[in-house]
Formats: sequence, structure tokens, C-alpha cells
Amino acid sequence: MTLQLLAFYFFAFFAVLGALMVISLRNPVHAVLSLVLTFFSIACIWMLMEAEFLALALIVVYVGAVMVLFLFVVMMLDIRVATAREGFIRHLPVGIGVAAIMLAEMVALIGVRAMRVAPPPDPAAVAGESNVAWIGRALYTQYLLPFEVAALILTVGIVAAVALTLRHRSGVRHQDVSRQVAASATGRVRLVSMPAERGDGGAKP
Amino acid sequence: MTADFLLLLWTLAKVLAVTIPVVLAVAMFVYWERKVIGWMHVRMGPNQIGPLGLLQAFADVVKLLLKEIVVPTNASRFLFFMAPLMALVPALAAWAVVPFSTGLVLSNINAGVLYLLAMTSMGVYGIILAGWASNSRYALLGAMRSAAQVVSYELAMGLALVCVLVLAGSLNLSRIVEAQGGGLLHWFWLPLLPMAVIYFTAGVAETNRAPFDVAEGESEIVAGFHVEYSGSAFALFFLAEYANMILVSFLASIFFFGGWLSPFPAHWGVIGQGSFFWLLAKAFVLAFLFLWFRATFPRYRYDQIMRLGWKIFIPIGLVWVLVAGLLKYLHIITPGA
Repeated sequence: MTLQLLAFYFFAFFAVLGALMVISLRNPVHAVLSLVLTFFSIACIWMLMEAEFLALALIVVYVGAVMVLFLFVVMMLDIRVATAREGFIRHLPVGIGVAAIMLAEMVALIGVRAMRVAPPPDPAAVAGESNVAWIGRALYTQYLLPFEVAALILTVGIVAAVALTLRHRSGVRHQDVSRQVAASATGRVRLVSMPAERGDGGAKP
Repeated sequence: MTADFLLLLWTLAKVLAVTIPVVLAVAMFVYWERKVIGWMHVRMGPNQIGPLGLLQAFADVVKLLLKEIVVPTNASRFLFFMAPLMALVPALAAWAVVPFSTGLVLSNINAGVLYLLAMTSMGVYGIILAGWASNSRYALLGAMRSAAQVVSYELAMGLALVCVLVLAGSLNLSRIVEAQGGGLLHWFWLPLLPMAVIYFTAGVAETNRAPFDVAEGESEIVAGFHVEYSGSAFALFFLAEYANMILVSFLASIFFFGGWLSPFPAHWGVIGQGSFFWLLAKAFVLAFLFLWFRATFPRYRYDQIMRLGWKIFIPIGLVWVLVAGLLKYLHIITPGA
């Protein structure tokens, strides 16, 4: 058993453990953190397979941003655990059905992969380049159009999400920053020149 | 098998060779901060323990280690103790890809910039968890503020890094430094001047330092996310914050100020050669800025922080990605000239 295999079992153990905890823990914050653990373990496994870009992108996007927002929302919401647990039996048949289909799909995938002859070597490694540079070139030349279309769809999604939650409330006092910055003393302060007092200045009570 | 384990031990030794100096640098940096801020306030700063007060930081460490750690009632114990570790580990792990000189780097990986982004984005978990696990309103408010702020400024930081890697043509930090070869005017601060400012400012915001320290906000929410922490658990947060500050200083020097390269022409003898000491000097100047900011600027208001991040830094960043692309496309900037 090599160190690499040991590391794989180590990461895989935590990935599976995390996944189990996501669906079994009662506290939603703990469940979100377990999901983070799963993502991180999967990223480590990908790193082990030298898929650096995918592994780091998973951490940057999912662990670093998406799950932080998840956590944010879960902490703010007062989720009632009891009501969330209701209907467990009622939803069980659907859940089992989905799980069975997914299992069949995974087994089919493993079967197909096993039947295939040895996978071709990593083209990036053959060309003596890092796979990050290779992915970048492929995305921005060969697959430029699908890539841009995906970016556009995401942008539309963002705009739609903002538009859905945007409310114009009347009577809100907004700060107009450009007005604040443009403010100058001349319009607001009047300097009055007064003659200095003479004589017994300061002697009066 | 044994060869594997020897490699593992050798790697661990190298990790310690980076981590221990970083921790010592944090100790000296804390001392330096107190001194500098003292001088700016026309005070002496620490001067009692050791010559010139140099041992003050170590005395503080001993004090913090001996203090009792109080766990708040109904706090989530496991997460309460995990949170400081979650803050510290990414802060130290990021040093793995920092090149100190030619070839002097723990892990010379090709996706170095991505790795850095991944590690710095993990650091926010420590703060959020600390805020949540403490079972305290002030701590939770601080955590919420910090989470929103860090996620926002990460975008600006990422855009600044995109500009750097467009010009350098690589994600490898050593290659980014080499791409800036050719003297002071070839460093990326000149073509990317707005991004250098944005990167460093976003770095100040990411580390929750003044004037962006609303996560602590002593005047409003006592001490924010770490209000319930004491003793060695607090010391870990402290360590993480200062390690992050030093890290941001090093990274800004590497990305925009030529890393270990010398600002003088190569024929100037020893000072014309690139060395670790140049990197150290640049990082020291930038780290000093952190302290200077703290003694100079009042704290930003929270909505102003968000406005600065989203409405000013990100649009400038988007435009400058285009500018960097044009500079590269028109061969105005050629890496490693």
C-alpha cells in the first residue's frame, strides 16, 4: 500500500463521513459545515489525481463563497427542526426511488469505465504543460462560444435574482455620495468678520 | 514505502522551516506595531521587558497561555475550539506557495495564485464559526459583518490578481516575479497602478484591519467575533490576523513590486542582485502601512465599506482587466523583458 493510496482512503473516509453527517445531524449549521468537510475532502482527492484546477476551483467557489453564503443564511434563519422532520415517512418512497436511480446510474458509469480500455494519458502532461494552462487555452479558444454562453446565462441569473428581490420603498432617506463629496464650505459656512472688542475686554463677569 | 515516509518527514521539516519564522515574525511585528503606534501617539510603547521592550511579545504569549479559557454557557464547545484553528490554518497554509527567492519556495505549483485564493477564502470560516459558536449577539454580529466584507473584497482582490496573471501569463508565483524582471519600471505596479492600490486595500479589508475593522468594532460591538475568547484561543486569532497581514504584504510585493528582484540595475554589484532581503524590505514597508493606517484613519462606516468594495473597486477592476489585456495584446508589456 503506497502513501498515495493511504491518503486516498483518508480523504475518501472524510468525504463519506461528511456526507453522512450532512443528512443526519440535527443542527443545520453543523450540517452545512459537514458539507464543507465533504467538499474539501473531494478537492483533496482531485488534487491527488493531479486535477489541480478543478480541486482549487471547488475550494474557491464552493467552500470559499457558496458555503459561506449558505452558512450566512442558515445562521440568520430560525429553522424549526421539528417541522423540517415532519413527513419523513411520507417522502421516504420518493427519496428511495431517487436514490435507487442514482445508484443504478453510478453503477452503470463504473461499469462503462471498467469496460473501456486504459484511459489515454493526460494530454497536458504529454505536451509538457500544466493542466491549468491547458484548460485555460481550451476554454478560451476551442470552447469559447459555450464558455461565453455559460457566462451570459449566469449574468442573466444574477440580474434576475437582483430584480426579484429589489423593492423600491418610498420615504427612505438615501445618502447621495456624489453630493456629499461635492459639498464645500462656501455654501454652508458663513464667516463673519467682527471687530475685536477693546477696553476692559474679559473683565466683565 | 519508507522512501515515501522519508519524503513526508522531509516535507514536514520544510513546512516547519517556513512556519516557525512566520510565527516569530508575528511576535516581532506585534512589538513593532505597538512601538510605531506608540510613537505616533507620542508615547514610548512597550519598553520594560527585555532591552528596548523587545521581549514584550513573548511575555504576552506566556500571559495568554496561562490565562483561563472561559467557554460561554450553551456555546457549541467543539466549534468554539475549532474556530481559532480554522482561522489559523489557512493563514499559515498559504505560505506554502510564497517564493522567497529564486527556487526558494516550499511548493512550486503551477496553480499558485488559485491556491492562494482558495486558502484566503477559507480563513473566513474561523471568524464565522467563532461568532456563531460563542452564543453571543455581539460575536454573531461581528461574524456577519466580517463574512459579508470578506466575500465582497475577495472579488476585488481576485480581479486585481487576474490583471497580474494576464500580464505575467502564468499562475505560478515564481514565474510572476520573473515576468517582472528588467528593473523598477518593469514591475507590475506601473501598468497596474490602480490594481496595486486595490489589491492592498482589499488585503487590509480581508484581514479585518483598521480602517476596515468593523468585525471587531470596539465602539459598537465590543470586540466582535472574538469577544468571548480568552487565553490561548484568543492568541490563535491574534496569530492568524498578524500572519495574514504579513502574508498580504509579501504577496503584494510579489505581485506588484517585483518580489525578490532588485530595483537597481544588475551591474551595481551586490545591491543590483535580486535576493530574499529585497523581498523582506518591500514586505516590511507594506506591513508598516498596515500600522500607519491603524494609527491614522478612523473606522469606515459599514455601508461605506460595502459601497467601496462593490461600486468602486469591482468596476475599476473590470475595466483594468480590459486594459491589462490590451497592454498584453498590443505587446506594450512583454513579460520578463
